[in-house]
Amino acid sequence: MLKSVNLMAVVMASIVLISPAVSVINTKAAGPQKKFGLGRMATAAEVKAWDIDVRPDGRGLPEGQGKASDGEKIYTSKCAACHGDFGEGVDRWPVLVGGKGTLKSDDPVKTIGSYWPYLSTVFDYVKRAMPFGDAQSLSNNEVYALTAYLLFMNEIVDDENFVLSKNNFSKIRMPNEKNFTKDPRPDTPLMSSKKPCMKACKTAVKITKRARVIDVTPTIDTKKN
Amino acid sequence: MENKKPASATTTSRRGFLRGGLVAGSAMLAGSAVAKTKSEKAITEVPEWSQLLGDGVDASPYGKPSKFEKSVVRKNVEWLTATTESSVNFTPLHKLEGIITPNGLCFERHHSGVAEVDPAQYRLMINGLVDKPMVFTMEDLKRFPRENHVFFLECAANSGMEWRGAQLNGCQFTHGMVHNVMYTGVRLKDILAEAGVKTNAKWLMVEGADASGMNRSVPLQKGLDDCLIAFAMNGEALRPEQGYPARLVVPGWEGNMWVKWLRRIEVGDMPWHAREETSKYTDLMENGKARRFTWEMDCKSVITNPSPQAPIVHGKGFTVISGVAWSGRGTVSRVDVTIDGGKNWHTARIDGPSLNKSLHRFYYEFEWDGRPLLMQSRAIDSTGYVQPTKDALRKVRGINSIYHNNGIQTWHVKAGGEVENVEIS
Repeated sequence: MLKSVNLMAVVMASIVLISPAVSVINTKAAGPQKKFGLGRMATAAEVKAWDIDVRPDGRGLPEGQGKASDGEKIYTSKCAACHGDFGEGVDRWPVLVGGKGTLKSDDPVKTIGSYWPYLSTVFDYVKRAMPFGDAQSLSNNEVYALTAYLLFMNEIVDDENFVLSKNNFSKIRMPNEKNFTKDPRPDTPLMSSKKPCMKACKTAVKITKRARVIDVTPTIDTKKN
Repeated sequence: MENKKPASATTTSRRGFLRGGLVAGSAMLAGSAVAKTKSEKAITEVPEWSQLLGDGVDASPYGKPSKFEKSVVRKNVEWLTATTESSVNFTPLHKLEGIITPNGLCFERHHSGVAEVDPAQYRLMINGLVDKPMVFTMEDLKRFPRENHVFFLECAANSGMEWRGAQLNGCQFTHGMVHNVMYTGVRLKDILAEAGVKTNAKWLMVEGADASGMNRSVPLQKGLDDCLIAFAMNGEALRPEQGYPARLVVPGWEGNMWVKWLRRIEVGDMPWHAREETSKYTDLMENGKARRFTWEMDCKSVITNPSPQAPIVHGKGFTVISGVAWSGRGTVSRVDVTIDGGKNWHTARIDGPSLNKSLHRFYYEFEWDGRPLLMQSRAIDSTGYVQPTKDALRKVRGINSIYHNNGIQTWHVKAGGEVENVEIS
């Protein structure tokens, strides 16, 4: 009993030590922060032009709406060349659909449906970075429609007439939201609990895996390199 | 203090050294010490460079490495990604010395190619939970007090291809998503103070100006602690591929957060859960759960010479093992090296500056008897963190986590000096 209490204390202490102190903002440690009087105030139009991010609670969403079936048309013309007709991903381009139930397997398929915790990430990313090579070219309604279609393809909504808008956006919950955890590192023993062995640490050593067998290294000419 | 000792007994007393010199000197006078090997033309004939004039000044206004060093370049692993615009290449660690990575050899990771930002058009915006949203030009940024720091930048996916076993033959490919340069920049907390951060602020969203608009959430406390907005690396302006004209520096934390071509910082009360901190840069465990916000880079080391791209070519005899070690939590206090697959370990010699969250250079010198070797290095940082084996990591995390593989690397040196990436029992 005593042992487990001690262990608990150690665990608690290490949690306190390793957790980034994000909840305690210490700005006053070095006295009042000096101001330099540099820069200028941003105009409302400038902030509006750049402030395109969207958060899980829906903050940042623009006015607008889009229907899944309209999203399909945009997807076919602007997305399918890389992501595939069914979101399966062409060559090494990202897979967008499927993968449900694979996260514990040897071949996890991390898609919007199987992995992404928040729908806001889809809107935010498509709006800022897609289509690849033509970023920020989609209208807000087009991004709503594409996001709705991606929900439909991932069977998170089952109606191709589903309309996604600023109003119903944050009601949508993604299936994998609960499966994200905090960073528990360090998760291997520290010096204080286990000193590394220096002498006669093992009796026999065998090679268990070799890179040569797999042979995927870009061509190396050791004479030249 | 152990690391200050020489790794091999090569110390010679001054008196002994002088005596040795006298003996050699008198032998030369007697004319008895004459090599029996054939004379080399490299000495007996006058080479072109000793006879003719070379290039004058300005032949290369921005200097380049010797033409004999052409193979010392970054390299890409083509099968890894669909296109070079959203891809990565690797620092040739096996060809580098000391702790500083030359600017042209710092590995690249882009999400939509290199943004060619005109510094005259560059603007940095601070908005969100601030008293007044602000805009800064490059000139404004350079008027804040400057600091110089050497920091490593490591991609969280460095060594990610090795989770399932030894795969790539060369430390350039297994460990080359790291570089270490001296940054010149200004404190992020000074910039934030100009806008006035509101008391309920807890997070920052940092965003790039490239065509991916790369964005990440950073805890405000980290931003106030030690983040910089850098505009120079190794004494010159940032290279375009490293975020010219300004990038974020997030010491000790994964490279993806060091947003390049930094254009906007939004202050908020909750994290954003952007694509690069949900879909990517989360670590999937065996039980199907994924760790998120795994920012810190654990202590890690690798032997860079010998390694598969840098075999031993001199045969048996005195041999120098060289490598690099680093930790996102502080300095590296010790590096141990084994040449017998972990049966016995020797404390290596750390040489050169030991800086916070920077690469450290280590050496271990020994007499090689020409028999096969199994070489490893194991780094220990100032927090007492011990670099684990790859199997120890797999035991805790499984093999699907992609990121944060800081396990001990094994090189198999064969009798001929050839080196292979292997794993051992």
